[in-house]
Amino acid sequence: MTAVADRLTRVHICSYDDLTPELGVAAIVGGEQVAVFRLADGRVFAVSNLCPFSGAAVISRGITGSRGDVPTISSPVYKQVFSLVDGRCLDTVDKSPLPGHGPDLVVHTVSVDDGRVTIDLLGS
Amino acid sequence: MSEHVVVVGGGMVAHRFVEALTARDTGSAFHVTVVAEEDRAPYDRVGLSAFFSGSTPEDLTLGAPGLWESPGTTLRTGSRAVSLDREGQCVTTADGTRLAYDHLVLATGSYAWVPPVPGADLAGVFVYRTIDDVIALRDWVVRRAAELGRPVRGAVIGGGLLGLEAAGAVVGLGAECTVVEFAPRLMALQVDEGGGHALRRTIEAMGVDVRLGTASERIEADADGRVAGLRLSGEEDPLPVDVVVFATGVRPRDELAGAAGLPTGARGGVVVDEGCRTPDPLIWAIGEVACIEGRCLGLVAPGYTMAEIAVDRLLGGDATFPGADLSTKLKLLGVDVASFGDAFATTPGALELVHSDPVAGVYKKLVVTDDARTLLGGVLVGDASAYASLRPMVGAELGADPGLWLLPENAGAARPQVDLPAEAAVCSCNNVTVGAVRDAVTDHQCHDVAAVKACTRAGTSCGSCIPLVKKIMGAEMAKAGVIVSTALCEHVGLSRAELFNAVMVSELRTFSEILTRFGTGRGCDICKPVIASILASLYDEHVLAGDRAALQDTNDRYMANLQKDGTYSVVPRVPGGEILPEQLVLIGRIAQDYGLYTKITGGQRIDLFGARLEQLPGIWQRLVDGGMESGHAYGKSLRTVKSCVGSSWCRFGVQDSVGMAVLLELRYRGLRSPHKIKLGVSGCARECAEARGKDVGLIATENGWNIYVGGNGGFTPRHAELLVEDVDDATAIAIIDRYLVYYVRTADRLQRTAPWQQEHEGGLDRIREIVVDDALGIAADLEAHMARHVDDYEDEWAAVLRDPVRLRQFSSFVNAPDAADPTLAYVTERGQRRPATAAERAAGGTSSGPVLIAPTTLEVRS
Repeated sequence: MTAVADRLTRVHICSYDDLTPELGVAAIVGGEQVAVFRLADGRVFAVSNLCPFSGAAVISRGITGSRGDVPTISSPVYKQVFSLVDGRCLDTVDKSPLPGHGPDLVVHTVSVDDGRVTIDLLGS
Repeated sequence: MSEHVVVVGGGMVAHRFVEALTARDTGSAFHVTVVAEEDRAPYDRVGLSAFFSGSTPEDLTLGAPGLWESPGTTLRTGSRAVSLDREGQCVTTADGTRLAYDHLVLATGSYAWVPPVPGADLAGVFVYRTIDDVIALRDWVVRRAAELGRPVRGAVIGGGLLGLEAAGAVVGLGAECTVVEFAPRLMALQVDEGGGHALRRTIEAMGVDVRLGTASERIEADADGRVAGLRLSGEEDPLPVDVVVFATGVRPRDELAGAAGLPTGARGGVVVDEGCRTPDPLIWAIGEVACIEGRCLGLVAPGYTMAEIAVDRLLGGDATFPGADLSTKLKLLGVDVASFGDAFATTPGALELVHSDPVAGVYKKLVVTDDARTLLGGVLVGDASAYASLRPMVGAELGADPGLWLLPENAGAARPQVDLPAEAAVCSCNNVTVGAVRDAVTDHQCHDVAAVKACTRAGTSCGSCIPLVKKIMGAEMAKAGVIVSTALCEHVGLSRAELFNAVMVSELRTFSEILTRFGTGRGCDICKPVIASILASLYDEHVLAGDRAALQDTNDRYMANLQKDGTYSVVPRVPGGEILPEQLVLIGRIAQDYGLYTKITGGQRIDLFGARLEQLPGIWQRLVDGGMESGHAYGKSLRTVKSCVGSSWCRFGVQDSVGMAVLLELRYRGLRSPHKIKLGVSGCARECAEARGKDVGLIATENGWNIYVGGNGGFTPRHAELLVEDVDDATAIAIIDRYLVYYVRTADRLQRTAPWQQEHEGGLDRIREIVVDDALGIAADLEAHMARHVDDYEDEWAAVLRDPVRLRQFSSFVNAPDAADPTLAYVTERGQRRPATAAERAAGGTSSGPVLIAPTTLEVRS
């Protein structure tokens, strides 16, 4: 059972060295778009790439930062700020998400083994 | 066990009721079911006309979407209540569902009333009430225009508020329009005769035909039963029309209540007491269907008040209706119209002060008490800028000469400063008083507009009161001695100007060094782009050099302009708007090959829309090969230098405006600044380049150039002001160099030149002393800064194309670098493609609407 799930949802996307600190990239995992960030301290986070406020697949092109101790990503479209840890929208900039969307980003489990970056879609 | 509240009606007032109940019913004493006739969640009916400026039905949806997902609320759309059984305490819907209630709230609103005019049932006759009405009207006009091969002719019957809205919509659809009104003036309920005249003149000047004092007798049909003509009383020939919109008023939808034996008013409406309750203690009525204090009220603000009252009563409170404030402020067909208080001077002894400027289309009237001290009401047409300040003053003494309020805002005489009474309303949409805003600042420590909005709800509906909210907030903070923080963000305690100097003096060159030295934490989307901009201003290195790519907003990071669907637009530089034919052909070829939408910009350049991230380098390569370069239509930088034709071709030009514009654009290209900046050069005083609407504008004189500074478009447009007169080319350039660098070094984050100039100590005069007369002795330094920028300039696109490492950042996906974003979808419109709307995506191109184009069909041809 687990083996089947693994094969379907665990996808190697790039090597750790392909990621520039604080500069997001997008990846396609099982047809879904994921935004991946390597922070300056070496941690790697993955969230859904689709911005729930604009509908554009652009979260990977936002600016990383922090609110207190929480690492964040801001959407480049209308500048909403999301936690990279749990995907929660920390600043809606007075806007509502599009119909059918919640304000938060989905968080995906990402692992780095032997310099290889892998996303697990089930682990969200 | 919670009690069940059934709300019949799914409009704005029903929405407000549910929102207020969910917010206040913290103990989950109630669960609520809304029976909505339309197939959509409650939407902003007041904003219906926005539909014609590109808004989708989804954009008009009210409130947070989570409202209907919470367990205590149920929204039944497409469901109509057909009977009410008061004894059995249940409502039956058209599909036979019986909904038992513990409390019933009638919020059925009104329907558009159509007078019994023969022909009112013909194809092509519409009302203006719901989104579906508006969609049907739009579809008809678009279809008839195509069938007829000429502009559609429309008539709107009713010259009231709604009629003028509808006329705006018809005109917005490209149709001709006649407004027919039975009364002798427009908006007879809101404005007086003088106001009606001003309104008529302005509307007629826009090409709308206005017929007053006339009735519609009959609508005539063509052979196919479609609207063809409108016969008016006293006119020989019928008006040839292809579409008719009735905007002849609304009537309360009280039939459910009436059939159940609840009393209704003389002119309809369910009679309620001051607590919005009907004689049946379990039944309330709110909004337009309610007959309160003997009448039905057709405005949303009193409806919202009633919703709040009903909620309060349900929760055991004793709120009562405070009386209706029938003030209105609207922008109809682009004309400001406002009416408030005793607009028709019905108070005994009331005096009317009138200012009328027929040329400008402005009419203003204040109604005051017989001693001319206390404001009673007023009418403002053409310029309603004083509305937000005046409306809360109704009933209060105006202080200085009331006539000062009638003058244009920038007539020189300052409007009197008055202390508003605490009970005056600031936000009539949400019933927020001046006192509540003051309390938010003093008691709840709200020190910015967002916090005040969240705390009081002021400004969260139509937003027209925000300038006043800001003013009250600022005054209160000043009184309390609270200094408005100039800190950039939680990571940097300095203002932008302070940080600029700190970086310049310390000569630090990387973000991490700067943040370690002058800030804390990891930075954010506020301080990162500011530091990137400061570094770009000081060192003229590539915007992606070192660790800078991660600091840039997306536009600077990808050197193109992000559009709503996540693609970019590309604008090659066209200095001064002067372009070679070969370059025009090249741009056209690229657009064809990549399937890009092309548009001439307001800044005399050509914008190519819809380029995907991974396509940018390929597009740039062809432009660079053709001798073109980055136009910096992105980022906070010099955008464009607009020019007219000037002395080389124009009969009137006295100087070479094109040559000067090209020179300036090439000089300042790539200059990073706190806000985007634009320049303009006009070859004579006719000002064809609109140079006074620019941050820096040059206007040619017989003797040289006049330089104007601090103009802009944007949210609060301003004309530039004269800095210096009759200077020669070299002097002009030296002064502009100094002005721009001084601005770049000292302005706040995202501060345009206009407010910078205004807020600069000593204003423009002091700036003139510094940049023209060199009062601080820094002119040479400022010029040297600009000279360095000019010398170090390199084309950012070409630099990326030469650098394989930077090029890798232009991949769509790290694991599929050339794949197209699969979420993109387009439709064709007027021969070009544009992003599909949510509705078009949902339809998937299968409906009769525009054809959906999948992105894969638009791959690069080469």
